[in-house]
Amino acid sequence: MLIPCPQCGPRDIREFTCKGHETYMHRPSPAAPPEAWDDHLHNRDNPAGPTREMWHHVAGCGAWLVVERNTVTHAVTGAMLAREVAR
Amino acid sequence: MAELIATSPLRDLTPITIGNVTLTEGIPGQVWAVLPWRGATEAASTALQSAHGLPFPAPGNLHKAGSTRIAWAGLDQAFLLGTTPDTALAAHAALIDQSDAWAHLVLSGPATREVLARLVPVDLAPAACPKGSARRTLLGHMSCLILHPGGDTFEILVFRSMASSAVHDLTRAMTAVAARDLRGAQTPG
Ligand SMILES: [Zn+2]
Repeated sequence: MLIPCPQCGPRDIREFTCKGHETYMHRPSPAAPPEAWDDHLHNRDNPAGPTREMWHHVAGCGAWLVVERNTVTHAVTGAMLAREVAR
Repeated sequence: MAELIATSPLRDLTPITIGNVTLTEGIPGQVWAVLPWRGATEAASTALQSAHGLPFPAPGNLHKAGSTRIAWAGLDQAFLLGTTPDTALAAHAALIDQSDAWAHLVLSGPATREVLARLVPVDLAPAACPKGSARRTLLGHMSCLILHPGGDTFEILVFRSMASSAVHDLTRAMTAVAARDLRGAQTPG
């Protein structure tokens, strides 16, 4: 599996660590009820098909990415710097 | 006060020649991380250019001016090699002396790419990794920075604590490649 890092180009899966669904990009406000924090921290769908995940290019440039991946075919269809997505 | 004796990261582990590939310890001089403040990459590049004759490198690039070099070393990070950064840079970037944090290995010889292909998951063929390239990647299990100054020479920077592991992995790969070459030479016809 290759992930197209926007900084480094296509790189082998060995260089990355999967950090979970992009839910982590959408942090609840500090005043949000416990249910919202529970959802943010623990509750995830298990999609068969396209999904968006955080991946860390830990053994490469060090960037956090949002990677679009199909859980059925393993096709990786895109990757962006998380800081660009957060803007 | 005790007199401490400075030793190089590789001490007496190198040089090693196996087959047509030689592993030596490099002398990068100083290693300074240059990390531009948010939005200040261009200003840092201008300051680098006027002080050291080098730009802030684009991802994957290594530049040289005299005995000073600068290598891209990650997201918003470059390593200035072989000199102390001009104080003017401090207005645009964090500057961190990492000189003692890195072991610097130099691998050269005709089969260098075959040796590295056993350990490194990026393409180091000339078309994919031309002269003046810098790659953050893995050497076996170790995070590393690979520099390609040209020809069949590659420089590998690993964390200093990994120096002997890096020499171990590289010598194993060098031995395996040399053994294949030998077998090829002895195969009749
Ligand atoms: Zn990367």
